Amino acid sequence: METAYLIETIIKIVVILLVFSALAGLGTYFERKILAFMQRRLGPMYVGPFGLLQVAADGVKLFTKEDIIPTNVVGRIFKLAPVITAATAFMASAAIPFLPSFELFGYKVNPIVSDINIGILYILGVMGVGLYGPLLGGMASANKFSLISAARGAAVFISYEVVTGLSILAPIMMVGSLSLIDFNNYQAENGWIIWSQPVAFILFWIAAFAETGRTPFHLIANDHEIIDGFGTEYSGMRWGLFFIGEYANMFFISFVIPLIFLGGFGDGSVMGALALLGKMAFFFFFFLWTRAAWPDVRPDQLMWLCWKVLMPIAVINIVITGLVMM
Amino acid sequence: MKIEEQFNNRNVSDNGYFMVDIADYPTTPWGKFKRVVKRTFRGELFVGLWVVMREMIRFDIHTVQYPEEKMPIGPRYRAVHKMKRLWESDTERCIGCGLCEKICISNCIRMETKIDENSRKEVSEYSINLGRCIFCGYCAEVCPELAITHGGEYENASEQREHFVLYEDMLTPLDKMKAGTQKEFEGFGAITPHEDERVKKTPLAY
Repeated sequence: METAYLIETIIKIVVILLVFSALAGLGTYFERKILAFMQRRLGPMYVGPFGLLQVAADGVKLFTKEDIIPTNVVGRIFKLAPVITAATAFMASAAIPFLPSFELFGYKVNPIVSDINIGILYILGVMGVGLYGPLLGGMASANKFSLISAARGAAVFISYEVVTGLSILAPIMMVGSLSLIDFNNYQAENGWIIWSQPVAFILFWIAAFAETGRTPFHLIANDHEIIDGFGTEYSGMRWGLFFIGEYANMFFISFVIPLIFLGGFGDGSVMGALALLGKMAFFFFFFLWTRAAWPDVRPDQLMWLCWKVLMPIAVINIVITGLVMM
Repeated sequence: MKIEEQFNNRNVSDNGYFMVDIADYPTTPWGKFKRVVKRTFRGELFVGLWVVMREMIRFDIHTVQYPEEKMPIGPRYRAVHKMKRLWESDTERCIGCGLCEKICISNCIRMETKIDENSRKEVSEYSINLGRCIFCGYCAEVCPELAITHGGEYENASEQREHFVLYEDMLTPLDKMKAGTQKEFEGFGAITPHEDERVKKTPLAY
């Protein structure tokens, strides 16, 4: 392994970590503002112009708060759980091409940490591992609400992960590769996959809501039912890590959906890169939009939906795709 | 159609009430499935999305940014008391009769009076313990001179529960009085509008 590649990779990792940690903070700002506007409120207004520095104020608060480890928790697991959530969220980003490759001072930069040939499988797998954060945190917390949250997490996980995997199988069959770069190139030649796989797109989008735990499926950390679920006993930066993980996950899913279904960055021009960012912004906005508009479903309704409605549809979609491809 | 409010008619059947048309809850799995399909394709979810989007575009913000902006409060609002002055002579209306102290149900008014050099009763000490006051308005209602009334000052943060307000604090300042900006209280104990036409003036010849 040559040194230049090593340095380049480390720089990319650091940039992604910094950008998406900051974006996670900004994401909370956007969420508050957009939810507020939709509910005819103003949202944060006092810290900085238009409340922009609220993010910094929250960061200072989280960093300086006492890190409380309650009495009856399983200490080591309790301490580790938030790290799992945040770390896996960022690990998943390693296979996501955020922008088309570009020239910087005569040096060709690929804005993807590693274009591995099992990209989507890796992303879904690592995001699946991310569930261990809420699960272990909830079970180690010695708190009944956290325990309910952990149980819900496991139940929700086995439901939506099936739909995620099966819905994405049909596009994978068409492209014949698991790398997101290949997905992008395929769509640059043959048109967006959403036109040939609309059902898979809808299913994957629905599953993305369950994956990130956003509102119609906001069950694991459901504030109005089980306090903050697995986060109830956490304080300070450990809770902040859960938060960063959750919002980073939202951003990464918002990148993955357009990359798989909506043409990604297209031919790699500047317009294509901006289009990808625009699509990402739309999907992120949609996460916030639904939170303002839709009610939550019950956990059993989500399982019913995933197992009895979405999974059969996904299987039928795969069968039809296979028949058409033959 | 505007439904006339009928406060004494308890008869539900002809009062403008009607039963909401709610379909029966499905009991069979097939029925539940049909309901899900119906709800999915009838676009209810998109109606919700449209409503919140419309509100965001309209940007009709209803927030009152409190310390900078304040809602106007009603003239009958019962907040911290005011002591009024006579319009004619700018002297204090309070005659030291002590009715407010007597009627106060939370015993928060305390006053001391004496006879001054003109043989008139004078209030020497007057305090209201706002920590005890429940702002019931009895003092304003019982006052024969419309001297003690309620005011609009509702921001009474205090360092201790016994937060006293004194006679001088409540009294309308003289400069305000000279400018003619003293406002009459319209709530408890106030004279009704058009009182002038209905009430005979006290004969001053006695």
